[in-house]
Amino acid sequence: MPIQEGRGHPYIPNAVPAVKAEMLAAIGARSIAELYGDIPESLRYRGTMKIPEAIDSELLLRRHVEGILAANTSCDEATSFLGGGCYNHYVPVICDEIGRRSEFITAYTGRAYEDFGRYQVIWEYQSLMAELLDMDICNVPTYDGFQASCTSLRMAGRYTGRKQVVVPCNISPDRLKAIRNYCEPVLAVETLKADPRSGRMDLTHLQAVLGPATAAVYFENPAYLGFLESQGARIAEMAHDAGALVVVGADPSSLGVLTPPSGYGADLVCGDIQALGNHMSLGGGMGGFIASRDEEKLVMEYPSRLYGITGTVEAGERAFGEVAFERTSLARREHGKEFVGTGAASHAIAACVYLALMGPGGMRDLGLHLLQKAQYLAQRLSALPGVRAPGLKGPFFKEFVVDFNATGLAVAEINQALLRERIFGGKDLSADFPRLGQSALYCVTELVSQEEIDRFIKVLAGILGGK
Amino acid sequence: MDTRRTAKVRNHFHQAKWDEELLFELHKPGERGLVVAPVEPGIAAAVGDGLAALPAGMVRQRPPALPEIGQMRIVKHFMRLSQENLGGDLNIDIGQGTCTVKYNPKVNDVLAGNAKLAQLHPLQDPRTLQGALQVLHTLDLYLREISGMDRFSLQPASGSAAILNMVSIIQAYHKDRGEAGTRDEIITTIFSHPSDAAVAAVKGFKVITLMQNDDGLATVEDLRKAVGPRTAGMLVTNPEDTGIFNPRIAEFVQVVHDAGGICGYDQANANGLLGITRARSAGFDMCFFNLHKTFGTPHGSGGPGSGALGVTGALAGFLPVPLVEHDERGYFLDTDLPKSIGKTRAFYGCVQVALKAYAWIRALGAEGLREVAEVAVLNNNYLLEKIKRIRGASAPFAPGRRRIEQVRYSWEQLFKDTGVTSEDIALRVADFGLHMWASHHPFIVPQPFTIEPTESYSKEELDEYIGVLTQVAEEAYTHPELVQTAPHRSVCHRIKHEDLDDPARWAITWRLFQRKQKVAGLSAARGPLADPSPQGCARQGHRVPEGR
Repeated sequence: MPIQEGRGHPYIPNAVPAVKAEMLAAIGARSIAELYGDIPESLRYRGTMKIPEAIDSELLLRRHVEGILAANTSCDEATSFLGGGCYNHYVPVICDEIGRRSEFITAYTGRAYEDFGRYQVIWEYQSLMAELLDMDICNVPTYDGFQASCTSLRMAGRYTGRKQVVVPCNISPDRLKAIRNYCEPVLAVETLKADPRSGRMDLTHLQAVLGPATAAVYFENPAYLGFLESQGARIAEMAHDAGALVVVGADPSSLGVLTPPSGYGADLVCGDIQALGNHMSLGGGMGGFIASRDEEKLVMEYPSRLYGITGTVEAGERAFGEVAFERTSLARREHGKEFVGTGAASHAIAACVYLALMGPGGMRDLGLHLLQKAQYLAQRLSALPGVRAPGLKGPFFKEFVVDFNATGLAVAEINQALLRERIFGGKDLSADFPRLGQSALYCVTELVSQEEIDRFIKVLAGILGGK
Repeated sequence: MDTRRTAKVRNHFHQAKWDEELLFELHKPGERGLVVAPVEPGIAAAVGDGLAALPAGMVRQRPPALPEIGQMRIVKHFMRLSQENLGGDLNIDIGQGTCTVKYNPKVNDVLAGNAKLAQLHPLQDPRTLQGALQVLHTLDLYLREISGMDRFSLQPASGSAAILNMVSIIQAYHKDRGEAGTRDEIITTIFSHPSDAAVAAVKGFKVITLMQNDDGLATVEDLRKAVGPRTAGMLVTNPEDTGIFNPRIAEFVQVVHDAGGICGYDQANANGLLGITRARSAGFDMCFFNLHKTFGTPHGSGGPGSGALGVTGALAGFLPVPLVEHDERGYFLDTDLPKSIGKTRAFYGCVQVALKAYAWIRALGAEGLREVAEVAVLNNNYLLEKIKRIRGASAPFAPGRRRIEQVRYSWEQLFKDTGVTSEDIALRVADFGLHMWASHHPFIVPQPFTIEPTESYSKEELDEYIGVLTQVAEEAYTHPELVQTAPHRSVCHRIKHEDLDDPARWAITWRLFQRKQKVAGLSAARGPLADPSPQGCARQGHRVPEGR
């Protein structure tokens, strides 16, 4: 092994034998083994881990890893209609340029005395998100939108002192699993019926479920299945009448054109920032935001870090720090609010750069682009025999259900055939939403060109015609 | 060849200070940072502007008040802010003890930025993801070797998220055995990470915390008194943040097992143990590694990280879905786990982090991993020997014993002698381009600081850090005001925490800043301060411990 041969390893400077000897002498120990004296022999591992020999050459390591990755086909090499929570939006060059700066990437929990830049950027991220969402407060991001919705519901539970939350039955099944797990056993999770034609919330059922135990009503705009929940104001009114909070999941890429949830009564807004300048990375690019009004009682329920701007002893000098740190588990263990630790801060940095670049005009142009393109895709799809798009009646933003039931083909078969043409068809919904039968969730972003859509339609027509 | 490198204290260091505006102060109507591609004319012709299809109430009436700024000014803004950040590549970042801030190989960032990973959608057909799934599956196999566990999930996005998964599994395990309501207590130790206690409480468990003895360790005797028919499980770190390895850890696990509970090992401090001892050897049912600590992936200013969670075969069925499996047809995602706790994060976790950890392990091999551990322990004990000799510093608990890979030290004597606090020292250390952190909960060690050198720093860098602590300690004795008014060469001076804790004045966003500047005279307004008294400003970021 190279290390035993005394060649050293680029990552371990003090592996040099003479240095080790010098340091051991300073410690007054004869060997490194002596330093492990507290670990009893019964616990010592004396085997050899089955891990391949070191690739200590950077060139060979690159060759090895890139060789493995070569087996992937990325969305850059295909036409992708996949969404469902993770989106292939354009990532501006400057998001990568800044987001990958070593000063940010290698930082962690320094204070503004060492990491002033990190504080300012993330505070600016909170501020930009607050404007986009038309809310007062936004947190330092948590893991993803799932966690953001889970925590929002738990916050509502503590805020109201109540024990039940209600969510639509047709949210992402994975999100529902996360919510159920996170709420058990503290909050009961009730699912609400949906109108089968539009997907929108069944308000009669909502009325029946709402009661003195209801802490929160959750819904999304756009919803997981793509439709817009246009009854937001009515839902909020009903929830507020029952003394519950309204928690709305939002897609930030829509908010240049769609009314922000604050416009129809949301108390808490949550979601994912992956779409804002972060690569998908097989779902690794997520980051969860939570936003609310600046009400002390509500702010004190956040488990997350919240950065604030403040002054210093020098007149006129600005600085940043942690707001109400006493809330957190880092200050108060199990008596703090939920827990906090490493979240998704570097995705906030990219999102901050993204929103700075886009400005209000960019967000509006993006929103219009996505609306137009999705409507075009739906129009073209619905002209195909047996295809219904959107499969749920009503307006949508960048995703919608496509109903293939009348084509006689299963979505799985269609997607197999599309894949042969390097097209990633929409997510197959048949297992998760049996009532929709053979339907798929289609998404477009600005990265799918009209030419690609037109080619897709042609290929799909061929698949449907050749069955 | 004689070595040319020597350690020095950087007395002429000064951090970059740009006095950069807030992003919103750069607003200039009409400037653009980026132009979004319009849709093709054919699309516009077919559907119009797209808005007509929306219900009136759903169209945003007032555009978001985002600033408008030209592209170069935006780049400059963020470049300046990046210069005002030390991060691990500039700092000798051993002062964030418990955080394992080590070298993050640049090549791994390049590999994770490869479009063949970065541009993968998680819902693609697994046949188009074979490379990525191979990485995830193989990393699972390597982590099994390192821990002795039978199965790993890479879904948890951080150490705390891994704890959430462990607690969820404890809950599901007892529910599966028909003991859901009766086993409602989780035991932890005071020097385990605060999240071990906090997450247990989130999931409705009563938390029982074992306190330390004179050696800084919880005792088996206290544990025996704590267990019973209500015991659901135990979550512990070992070594804890004191760096002292608990030699009776296997007995701890046995006592909890005998009481019917299951045990989760928080391996946040695993960096000194790779190839030395394995979670399975002590009998643990579960363990997790922070890939962003031990396995060399960057901390990202606070994430994304990864809390790779390993379990025994008996608990594998409870892991979150999906698991990456392999058969003769290739790699695939298995969602068929009837007892699974479900999902705790979207999709498959922080895959880009997992890839970096995979590359890090491959760069080191089995022998290299062990070398990492041994050199981390060597570095730590070298620092311990030197820091103990600094005037006013000490290493509480277990005198004379070796520590694994970090130590929680104390400036108690220095404080008694001079009135200078650990917080003061931390702020003065910033004047030398370094970071010293006054530690998180528990606040048991008076005037604490925690140092964790890892394997990454050369002897001269460790000596530099020691040199700075030595000089600052001497300053505390000879010129305490110099330390008590620090920092002097940082981006900013002592921060006023009052604004941050007062609901009338906290300004979490630009819009609140504008609003409260007018109402409450927020001190961050440019111009004279309302209350610049040193007493008000010297307040510590970390408060007095709560009574327990």
